[in-house]
Amino acid sequence: MIELNINGRSQQVDVEPETPLLWVIREQAGLTGTKYGCGVAQCGACTVHLDGEAVRSCSLPVSAAAGKRIVTIEGLSRDSSHPVQKAWAALDVPQCGYCQSGQIMAATALLAKNPNPSDRDIDQAMTNICRCGTYQRIRAAIHMAAGGKGVGSIIHMMGATDTSGSETAVAAADHSDAKA
Amino acid sequence: MKKANSTKVTNQSRRKFIVSSAAAGGGLALGLNLPYGAGLAAAQGQAASTEINAWVVVKPDDTCVVRIARAEMGQGTHTGLAQLVCEELECDWKKVAIEPISPGQNLARKRVWRDMATGGSRGIRGSNDYVRQGGAAARMMLMQAAADQWSVPVTELTVANGVITHAASGRSTSYGRVAAAAAKLTPPDPKSIKLKNPREWKIAGKPMMRLDTADKVNGGKMYSIDLKLPGMLHAAIKECPVFGGKVVSFDESKIAGRRGVRGAVKVGETGVAVVADSWWRAKTALEALPIVWDEGPGAKQSSATIAAHLKEGLTASDAFADTNVGDAPGAIAGAAKKVEAVYSAQFVSHACMEPMNCTARLTADKAEVWMPSQNAEASLAALSTASGLPLAQCEAYNHGLGGGFGRRGGTQDYVRQAVSIAKQFPGVPVKLVWSREEDQAHDFYRPIAQCKLSAGIDQGGNLVGLHIRVSGQSINAYLAPHNIKDGKDRRQLQGMWPEPDDAQFGYSVPNLRIEYAMRNTHVPVGPWRGVNTNQNGIFSECFIEEVARAAGKDSLEFRRAMLKNHPKHLAVLNAAAEKGDWGKPLPVGVHRGIAQFMGYGSYSAAVAEVSVKGREVKVHRMVLALNCGHAVNPATIAAQVEGSVAYGFDSLQSEITIQNGRVAELNFHTYPVARLAQLPKVETVIVPTYDFWGGVGEPTICVTAPAVLNAILAATGKPVRTLPLKHEGLTLV
Repeated sequence: MIELNINGRSQQVDVEPETPLLWVIREQAGLTGTKYGCGVAQCGACTVHLDGEAVRSCSLPVSAAAGKRIVTIEGLSRDSSHPVQKAWAALDVPQCGYCQSGQIMAATALLAKNPNPSDRDIDQAMTNICRCGTYQRIRAAIHMAAGGKGVGSIIHMMGATDTSGSETAVAAADHSDAKA
Repeated sequence: MKKANSTKVTNQSRRKFIVSSAAAGGGLALGLNLPYGAGLAAAQGQAASTEINAWVVVKPDDTCVVRIARAEMGQGTHTGLAQLVCEELECDWKKVAIEPISPGQNLARKRVWRDMATGGSRGIRGSNDYVRQGGAAARMMLMQAAADQWSVPVTELTVANGVITHAASGRSTSYGRVAAAAAKLTPPDPKSIKLKNPREWKIAGKPMMRLDTADKVNGGKMYSIDLKLPGMLHAAIKECPVFGGKVVSFDESKIAGRRGVRGAVKVGETGVAVVADSWWRAKTALEALPIVWDEGPGAKQSSATIAAHLKEGLTASDAFADTNVGDAPGAIAGAAKKVEAVYSAQFVSHACMEPMNCTARLTADKAEVWMPSQNAEASLAALSTASGLPLAQCEAYNHGLGGGFGRRGGTQDYVRQAVSIAKQFPGVPVKLVWSREEDQAHDFYRPIAQCKLSAGIDQGGNLVGLHIRVSGQSINAYLAPHNIKDGKDRRQLQGMWPEPDDAQFGYSVPNLRIEYAMRNTHVPVGPWRGVNTNQNGIFSECFIEEVARAAGKDSLEFRRAMLKNHPKHLAVLNAAAEKGDWGKPLPVGVHRGIAQFMGYGSYSAAVAEVSVKGREVKVHRMVLALNCGHAVNPATIAAQVEGSVAYGFDSLQSEITIQNGRVAELNFHTYPVARLAQLPKVETVIVPTYDFWGGVGEPTICVTAPAVLNAILAATGKPVRTLPLKHEGLTLV
């Protein structure tokens, strides 16, 4: 038996000590917000916090997590009220959503250490894979969560009334500096 | 209609939630029922709802539930379709819920919801007319019910936000109050339904917030891979690593006694699965299981043999010409200047973040699967075939997909596997989950292709002859041979077709010959977001760039001159050039590239700003223009355009190679895909002309790579012809 503290709750799990923490979180603890993506710490879909640090739980033996504070996406807030979650929702960051738990856990760990990250800081910290390609909105949402301006998408609406090639721009919408 | 069973309800009951968000038009409060199930509301003890027609259900509290047949894999189709229905319904957008239907329900109701397939960027363009009619018909019935109640002509009524008003008498009522009466009325004749002019849209056409974001930020969204059923077992699978190979034997005694393991089973002729009480135990036991394979003749193949096979097709005599205007070879031979190049595009995998998975439960008289599917009806059909039970005894429960990109459409290999495994555990639900390595090793890859292009330029720098020969693998030959007519597979020339409307070649060249030589391999191929416009866009647009340079012309002006006969191609190119600041000064070391192409019924163009330092290619900014006819949700369109840049970068940096007949790149450390730091600032230019319905998910991907490659050419003076970039000594940073 291994004792784990997940989201503030202690529980005993009866698994082989080398089992990756990810699978214990998903199957024994029943918390499926943390995802399997690659199994080799490459994609970050399995990111959780271990004593406040972002770790890739697919490559961490459960035995190494015993006695430490594990926080998963479900434990980040009770009601999606963490500033990062709010920014994610305000900018409609997710597409398919599968990688987003890991992205949010990576972003919250970044902001905990660096409350006002630069684009370069974000580049270096946010190495999680998103195949839908939500990266631009992820970057904007991190800036928004840090209290800055979050422009998720830059949209130019052009009202082409004909197709002669001489259309006029009637609106240049920058809709997504959404009011969070 | 199928009734939700108790297990389903247990698993779905937490799917009801409220979204609150500051959004276009103010605060939204949206209830969402996911992932499926008419009848579910009643089973959950919610207030009775009234079905007005197949598309619209009204609740006593005036909430309008919009039924959706197409799959949601992140592309935003659910929100877009709801916008279209609600636009005609004239309901309150703040009180809208969506409810996916199941293929069993569709079948039981004689396919009232029609096609459920979600691919080829057809989710909205393929169904906008009948879903809007569904919304309009429901509105007409609700208004007629109010008119009947008040004994006044329906023409005296108005409706807004789900409130029906009779101004003359000062009376008003709501959809919730007249729903029961409306449901009893005869639906209007579809021919009598007049749809709104899109220029008057209030809900559609606006950048509404998505209806499905809330549980994607708190881990609450349940994907198929997250399913839990009582007594469920877990399965890990390994197919013969060499395509076409078979299982000879496996030694189950070597994993006997391992904790939690219930057994190893053969899956068809080609795979072996281990079933256990947890996935990790199943996977590790599978790795310890000795399996003897008959690898078959495919084991002799490699990337080198495949490349040679395709190269032979570049000059072989068995190609067919899909376009043959004038005499291209003759015009080129007699031209003042000639340009010739051979390009090649690699196999790439889909690498959906959610690996292939499916849960199956089979009893003597009922077969069920839970899966992520782009075509739930294909899943149901696969279940029926694999289980041997008739369709009426089968049901397939689709879930929101963790990525699709064409991988989870018609093939349904993972569903057939799960059924095959579950058959051997009657009554027990078995969840099959592929490892990432299995997912990489057994995809239906984007087809490999080479292309030989020759051009002739006259004294004035005009393109007088163009000869394009594509040699490569055919998707149809692998998946749908019936689509090949007289041995001619036109699909591989997508984007180079002469006819309008879907994927038309935009350039008018007096002598033009476009040919395809089919060169198949043992590697499975299939649709891949934007295929085959990805490869053909690169071939066409990068070569046109080479020709423009050889002719001494500006890249934009050279294209514009050849697009005069195709004003929509031209307009979108101009839009990208304008917003992309074509011709304006750039910082030292930064260069621009431009490209245009058509695919999936829409017109696309892009301008890329790129710098090259040594080996390192950095993309700083991309401006992509799209004319998809009707822009149902500009915010979602922007998200798709941004996503198409990231996915389009696969053409530049990802590659599936074949060694000894099998895939060499089995995980992300050897198969690079786009990361946040690589992405440029992306701007989306939407140029809707409102005279057609085009796709959104795929079109812009076909201009992403060529715009970047043309900027690299501008920076280095050297064309990139062999992809990915590493073969030209470059790397994307």
